[in-house]
Amino acid sequence: MNQPRRLEQGGLVDRERPVGFRFDGREMQGYAGDTLASALLANGVNVVNRSIKLHRPRGIVGHGAEEPNALLQIDRGAATLPDRRATQTELYEGLEARPAVGRPERDPAAAMGALSPFMPAGFYYKTFMSPRGWWERYEQVIRPAAGFGYAPDGPDPDIYDRRNAHCDVLVAGGGPAGLQAALSAARGGARVILADEQARFGGGLLASEARIDGGPALVWVDAMVAELAAMPEVTLLPRTAVFGNYDHGFVGLVERLGDHVPPQQRTGPRERYWRVRSRQLVIAAGAIERPIVFGNNDRPGIMMASAVTTYIRRYGVLPGRKAVVFTNNDSAYATVAALRAAGASVVVADAREEPGALAAAARQQGVDVRAGSAVLSAHGRKHVTAVTVGDLARHRHERLDCDLVAVSGGWNPAVHLHSHIRGPLRFDHDLAAPVPAPGPEHVRSAGACAGRFDLAEVLAAGAHAGAAAAGALGFEGAVAAVPDTQGADPVPGALRVLWRAPQPPEGKAPAFVDLQNDVKTSDLALAVREGYRSIEHVKRYSIMGFGTDQGRLGNIVGAGIVAELLGADLETVGTTTFRPAWTPVTYGALAGEELRELFQPVRNTPMHEWHVARGATFEDVGQWKRAWYYPRPGESMDDAVRRECLATQRGIGALDYSTLGKIDIQGPDAVTLLERVYTNNWQKLAVGRCRYGIMLDENGTPIDDGVTARLGEQHYLMYTTTGGAARVLAWLERWLQTEWPQLEVYLTSVTDHWATLSLAGPYSRDLVRDLGTDVDLDPQAFPFMSVREGHVAGIPARLQRSSFSGELTFEVSVPADYGLWLWEKAFELGEPYGITPYGTETMHVLRAEMGFIIVGQDTDGSVSPLDLGMHGLLSNRKDFLGKRSLARPDFQREDRPQFVGLQPEDPETIVPEGAQLVRNPDQTTPVPLEGWVTSSYYGARIGRSFALAMVNGGRERYGERLIAWDLDAGAIPVTVTAPSFYEPPQG
Amino acid sequence: MLLIPCPWCGPRDESEFSYGGEAHIARPREPESLSDAEWADYQFMRTNPCGWHREQWLHAHGCRRWFNVERNTATYAIRAAYRLDEAPPHREDAL
Ligand SMILES: [Zn+2]
Repeated sequence: MNQPRRLEQGGLVDRERPVGFRFDGREMQGYAGDTLASALLANGVNVVNRSIKLHRPRGIVGHGAEEPNALLQIDRGAATLPDRRATQTELYEGLEARPAVGRPERDPAAAMGALSPFMPAGFYYKTFMSPRGWWERYEQVIRPAAGFGYAPDGPDPDIYDRRNAHCDVLVAGGGPAGLQAALSAARGGARVILADEQARFGGGLLASEARIDGGPALVWVDAMVAELAAMPEVTLLPRTAVFGNYDHGFVGLVERLGDHVPPQQRTGPRERYWRVRSRQLVIAAGAIERPIVFGNNDRPGIMMASAVTTYIRRYGVLPGRKAVVFTNNDSAYATVAALRAAGASVVVADAREEPGALAAAARQQGVDVRAGSAVLSAHGRKHVTAVTVGDLARHRHERLDCDLVAVSGGWNPAVHLHSHIRGPLRFDHDLAAPVPAPGPEHVRSAGACAGRFDLAEVLAAGAHAGAAAAGALGFEGAVAAVPDTQGADPVPGALRVLWRAPQPPEGKAPAFVDLQNDVKTSDLALAVREGYRSIEHVKRYSIMGFGTDQGRLGNIVGAGIVAELLGADLETVGTTTFRPAWTPVTYGALAGEELRELFQPVRNTPMHEWHVARGATFEDVGQWKRAWYYPRPGESMDDAVRRECLATQRGIGALDYSTLGKIDIQGPDAVTLLERVYTNNWQKLAVGRCRYGIMLDENGTPIDDGVTARLGEQHYLMYTTTGGAARVLAWLERWLQTEWPQLEVYLTSVTDHWATLSLAGPYSRDLVRDLGTDVDLDPQAFPFMSVREGHVAGIPARLQRSSFSGELTFEVSVPADYGLWLWEKAFELGEPYGITPYGTETMHVLRAEMGFIIVGQDTDGSVSPLDLGMHGLLSNRKDFLGKRSLARPDFQREDRPQFVGLQPEDPETIVPEGAQLVRNPDQTTPVPLEGWVTSSYYGARIGRSFALAMVNGGRERYGERLIAWDLDAGAIPVTVTAPSFYEPPQG
Repeated sequence: MLLIPCPWCGPRDESEFSYGGEAHIARPREPESLSDAEWADYQFMRTNPCGWHREQWLHAHGCRRWFNVERNTATYAIRAAYRLDEAPPHREDAL
């Protein structure tokens, strides 16, 4: 198949292994070793995408993580990957790529480009933010037109792995500096991890014609890698991006295990998230070439000079035959050489008045080098066809035909990983870029990321950084030999700072600073005109650098332009902050295996399978699955709950109460602990009795409630809410450790040790008797709020008489393993009494009819026990947590919201929970708020709907009519009542 | 992601711990004798320094013990961890 821009020879691709792929529906062919970007260029694809805001045609610009345009949708269906950088996507057989934005050749939204002058920075904010609330409607139209790629159409079929690792020295980047650093540290005996985001180690050497130790650079690279691979304490991680550098040596890496393999051939995880603790870190991340901004500089065919070099030398692809190289430094002369060697014609616009020896050498070889010149603008729409080149000093200009523009505005050291942990930056005037200043002691930057470009220097710096890192840990330094080098590419050398070319003679043309986000120099000028001065503000106003490329190409250039506009120097203006992640990280990698049932433990009670078999629906309460209600065939939830409520009132309702939190409290000071954490008195609670308690935080608001039983002289069992068990245990432990270490108390969580059946209703005593027990069930011998230990149905059991429903209740707790057996036994023997299982919904209705609160539903962080009418539970004779707060003037106010009941005028109407209570919803706004609804149900036992609520000064307002108002339900008249609706039976 | 040296278990990942706020704030012995302002001071007011800070941590997914840490709020460096019954290793004026 035809690859029109593939050179006859050269590059690291394997021409014996052609690889078929599709782009935008067209069949194409590349070679093993290609990236998707190099294969697209080889196939002569110019337009790969449309820009996100203006829908201008865009081509490939870079060759790595800096690429702003070639963000493509890879493959289809559930495994599709959106916004993948083609420059970092390895080609595989059958790969299918599409543009993430619009259609590259014929884009229905391309007219947006013509609107460019009318869509400056802040356009969306200004235009679509009024009238208020309309943004959401505009957004529905704009989003599809803009496009951010396509979401997968099903759950991710791939799996992801996670690994925790420790090392002495982590080396980020496997170019010449990184290899030297890794070998030096490893030879000293350190445990080393070397990671590089590319498939192959070598970094910049992969596109270099330098010779090291007298041979090709890659021979040296292979020897280094072989030596490292043979060392047992060295871990080599190619295809692994070091994406974040965090505190205390924590470094995040993502290893790509499957992305280079056709999906159907993938085995094992697609990605692996490495969580590494490294004692020392050597950053060898290289540098990123930056552009110079000029008119229509976004046209396809305008590329970074280093990218052009890379495509020619590494991939054997010549992106254009008639090239203009636009530079302000020496490094682009490597591109000039590469282009010429590949047979392209070259004109150089060098911004420097005296470009120096390399320019002179090029001229001697016949290259047209124009000193003091710049590319002012580009021509052509879907591909560059010509440029206007101008003389910076005299403003003469000329139009030159071309099909490729290679731009170099200098180099920005990749300081990102250094900056992630607040490593300070220093402005390097020679490079006109920030470089790392000495920062955290365990972090060293070496090579181009430290502003050093000469290959011999880079090799030496890497070796020393690795040895120093190992040496700091006490390993005997073993600096790797610094090999001889010849023929290395030119370093940037003397640079003429140039952020943007002057305006072209044909008039204004859009000049892009940030290609991914369509930010132009005019947008920066507008931001400055509108008063923004801080570069961080300019960034946010113009959205410069907010794309997934994080402005790797344009941010320093943008800062330079802002500095010019402000008449300040770049050092003062500074740069925006570099934050993790270096490149995007998938949620899949971060989530790893912690999905679905492994996301969080699921806790089932011993009787769970019975509930499932009985057709129960479940609700999550904390980690527990609790039976919610048990619908019979044809029953709605409401039907089922009403039936369960009435069955409990008339026969026996059985509730699986095993999930309730249980804390065993023992020790001579157990009662002292209860006295301090509960608001009421515990000194006189006799053995065998139990009592309700409410716990406050120091702010005086309830955090949990429940019944505590005294099992022995120094032995209590505290029940907590199902969801609050862990929190309450932690609360008690904290006070015991931090404030009351002198108390001798022992806490044990025994929630899972016991299965509890709550049998409620008039025949519950009969059923316990029928099950057989050695506990005297006579009401005189075993009164309400008592606890007994003995046997039930021959099993060791604890019986407790407390009630959350108002009905006669026996809570039977047995060791968990007996739970299901006893539950089934109870249903067998309970049939004559009409035993009916009920779930949490019925439990809530029954408790609400009694006016019992649910902490966190009927209360929030603003509600005190005084508001709840719990004055009788507040002890006068002792201090308790939160007590002092209750005396604050605001908690003493009479008009605070107070806990009340509500009766809807229509007994069938159920007020939505959360509804607002007002006197008259039709009065002019703001309508004074009288309160809100906290719980609301239909009460089958009382034969009507009812609600619990907080109402301002509510205890003085029984009988008053209010309106419950809800957006969906409208206005519902209600009457304020006491928070108690059901009169429990006697006995 | 901090590496926190639990005095009982040694250095462990931050994800095993939960944070307890500023250390050495004793609960008043007689809260009812305090003015509202004094009670508010105990409840709400914290030094919130930029620099060294003594704070409580709980090794929640480990030994479940509370202990104190000296951590720099600007650099996140941890220079000491000590048990609740130990005196702070650095003088007040070194904070
Ligand atoms: Zn511990």
